[in-house]
Amino acid sequence: MTELSAHLPQFQHGQLTENFPDTHLSNTNDNSERRRHDNSERRRNDHAESETNGQPQNNIQQVVEQDEEEDEELTLKYGAKHVIMLFVPVTLCMVVVVATIKSVSFYTRKDGQLIYTPFTEETETVGQRALNSILNAAIMISVIIVMTILLVVLYKYRCYKVSSCASFIYYEVFKTYNVAMDYITVALMIWNFGVVGMICIHWKGPLRLQQAYLIMISALMALVFIKYLPEWTAWLILAVISVYDLVAVLCPKGPLRMLVETAQERNETLFPALIYSSTMIWLVNMAEEDPEAQRKSKNSTYDKQAPASQTQNEDAEADDGGFSQEWQQQRDNRIGPIESTPESRAAVQALPSNSQASEDPEERGVKLGLGDFIFYSVLVGKASATASGDWNTTLACFVAILIGLCLTLLLLAIFKKALPALPISITFGLVFYFATDNLVQPFMDQLAFHQFYI
Amino acid sequence: MAQGLGTAARAQHSRGSGTALVPASSVSFRAFFWLVSLLLSSLIWFIAVKASDPQDERLQKGLLIFGVMFSVLLQEAFRFLYYKLLRKAIEGLVALSEDGCSPISIQQMAYVAGVGFGLMSGAFSMINLLADALGPGTVGIHGDSQLYFLTSAFMTMVLIFLHTFWGILFFHGCEHRRWWEIAAVIIMHLTVSGLSFCNPLYVGSLVPSYLLMAAAAAWAYVLSGGSAQNLRRFLLCLRSGASPQPGS
Repeated sequence: MTELSAHLPQFQHGQLTENFPDTHLSNTNDNSERRRHDNSERRRNDHAESETNGQPQNNIQQVVEQDEEEDEELTLKYGAKHVIMLFVPVTLCMVVVVATIKSVSFYTRKDGQLIYTPFTEETETVGQRALNSILNAAIMISVIIVMTILLVVLYKYRCYKVSSCASFIYYEVFKTYNVAMDYITVALMIWNFGVVGMICIHWKGPLRLQQAYLIMISALMALVFIKYLPEWTAWLILAVISVYDLVAVLCPKGPLRMLVETAQERNETLFPALIYSSTMIWLVNMAEEDPEAQRKSKNSTYDKQAPASQTQNEDAEADDGGFSQEWQQQRDNRIGPIESTPESRAAVQALPSNSQASEDPEERGVKLGLGDFIFYSVLVGKASATASGDWNTTLACFVAILIGLCLTLLLLAIFKKALPALPISITFGLVFYFATDNLVQPFMDQLAFHQFYI
Repeated sequence: MAQGLGTAARAQHSRGSGTALVPASSVSFRAFFWLVSLLLSSLIWFIAVKASDPQDERLQKGLLIFGVMFSVLLQEAFRFLYYKLLRKAIEGLVALSEDGCSPISIQQMAYVAGVGFGLMSGAFSMINLLADALGPGTVGIHGDSQLYFLTSAFMTMVLIFLHTFWGILFFHGCEHRRWWEIAAVIIMHLTVSGLSFCNPLYVGSLVPSYLLMAAAAAWAYVLSGGSAQNLRRFLLCLRSGASPQPGS
């Protein structure tokens, strides 16, 4: 069991981990073409070694190594498949967000700001605006840090009581599309939507449905962010949160890392509602994890501004999750998946290890935190909402994020431990956004005007 | 050991699924490379524009032409860089595979690279136009050509095709150390871009571009192993090796 755990990379907020039960050599997936060069050399050496060892004593080792190599190749191939399996939901989420931004004007109207960003950006001078946005970002980040630490502490001390309610967010969906409907139909639809979502995320349900729900939730969350965060604050927050992600996951004392390790020790799942899984594997083990998962799951509301949501949340609550818990959930839902993923991975991994070993490697999956979905979508959505280059900028950010995701998965395959998925993608995305908006856009504009083609 | 056998069996199965994904993911890498080349070239153009007098129309147009040429050269340079990267990747894949043969050939990768490049360049050219085409407006109301959208669409299409063929030609040239093929690709690209300066005299830009595309298509087809024989057999729906039916 412990050996298995040692091989389990963990996921955290946007950190990706993969399941390599047997491989000791560093592995790469098909997207890691650049690194494969180094790895291939190492493998060639290993190959050579196993070939020159003809003694019976080493035969066993040979077989083991061969198994490992086969496994490596398997994971290589499957790694690529899982990369694609992650591409699709991330793409979908971004597409949904962009489509909504473009079609529904609700999200581009300035209706006020979240209470976490009290400083307005409608100021006279640029300096003032910059200062305000820095302050906003600082406040937001410190809130997030506090929440994360709180979550880690609670988890460490096994406080699993968490509230979960999803219905209210779905109300937002209908409100935004401005579809004329009577209240009864709306209530019925929202109720069904919410209940089905709850069931399939926290209990058993078809994988596709669950994935679809997670994508929708992330998209909604991203839309809320896009609407209520003023421009400069949003960019600053994106930048700072990727730095924070990097620090929190990789530093030995980082809260997320502690969460990962704690979860690994306890072999528990974490927050199935907060991670996107590309495989079914943990559903299989869900039955055993159920009590814990349900206690820990959280699908609390994402709408920050309406106090009604809070009360509705509490009403619909089965558990006694106090306000602070809910709040924490909301925080977690934003940054949340950070902690969840590695642990559920651990749980999945650590569970029936023998049956795991004989299970189809196809089910080894890559998990990505919902927070990553959300922030990717925020970046792309903001790009499409506020860029002067419009679709060019959106497209550029989209490609940049996908490439960042590829690279992160590549690094994941190489290092095989919990990695933050945000920094690379967000950095690329931000660089491309600003570069495309300011440099490429005028160029393409002029080209289109004269109908020159490059 | 049952586990070992199981994994061996699955290895067979996985190879098929794995190879299909390499091109899929490399399309996005290709798009990224194109984007970076575009970024750099617009950076250069931007600097040049900022450093010059914005009122001088001729100068601005001249700078734009310079920007276009520079961008074309940068794109080809990035294509070469991508080729280098791909080479290394395929070497790695070959070393990793069990039987020493690469799961994906360089020609496939060349095709995918070309498609990725073409798609990205086409998307960037067209997407704003498409978005504008939805909105209210009249084409050419100020005296410009009324065929603007149509010709843009055709031009973009020819460019996408050309990028695909150029990808194949370029990679083939790099593989077999035939520098004249690479030079031909670069010259063709410069020509097509240069022809677009004739716009809105569309007959001057579209017709030669399509002719060039046909030439590049034939050349790429031949380089990929096609021949007149193959084409004939394909068109007549014959099995390879079978004798032609009488009267067809």
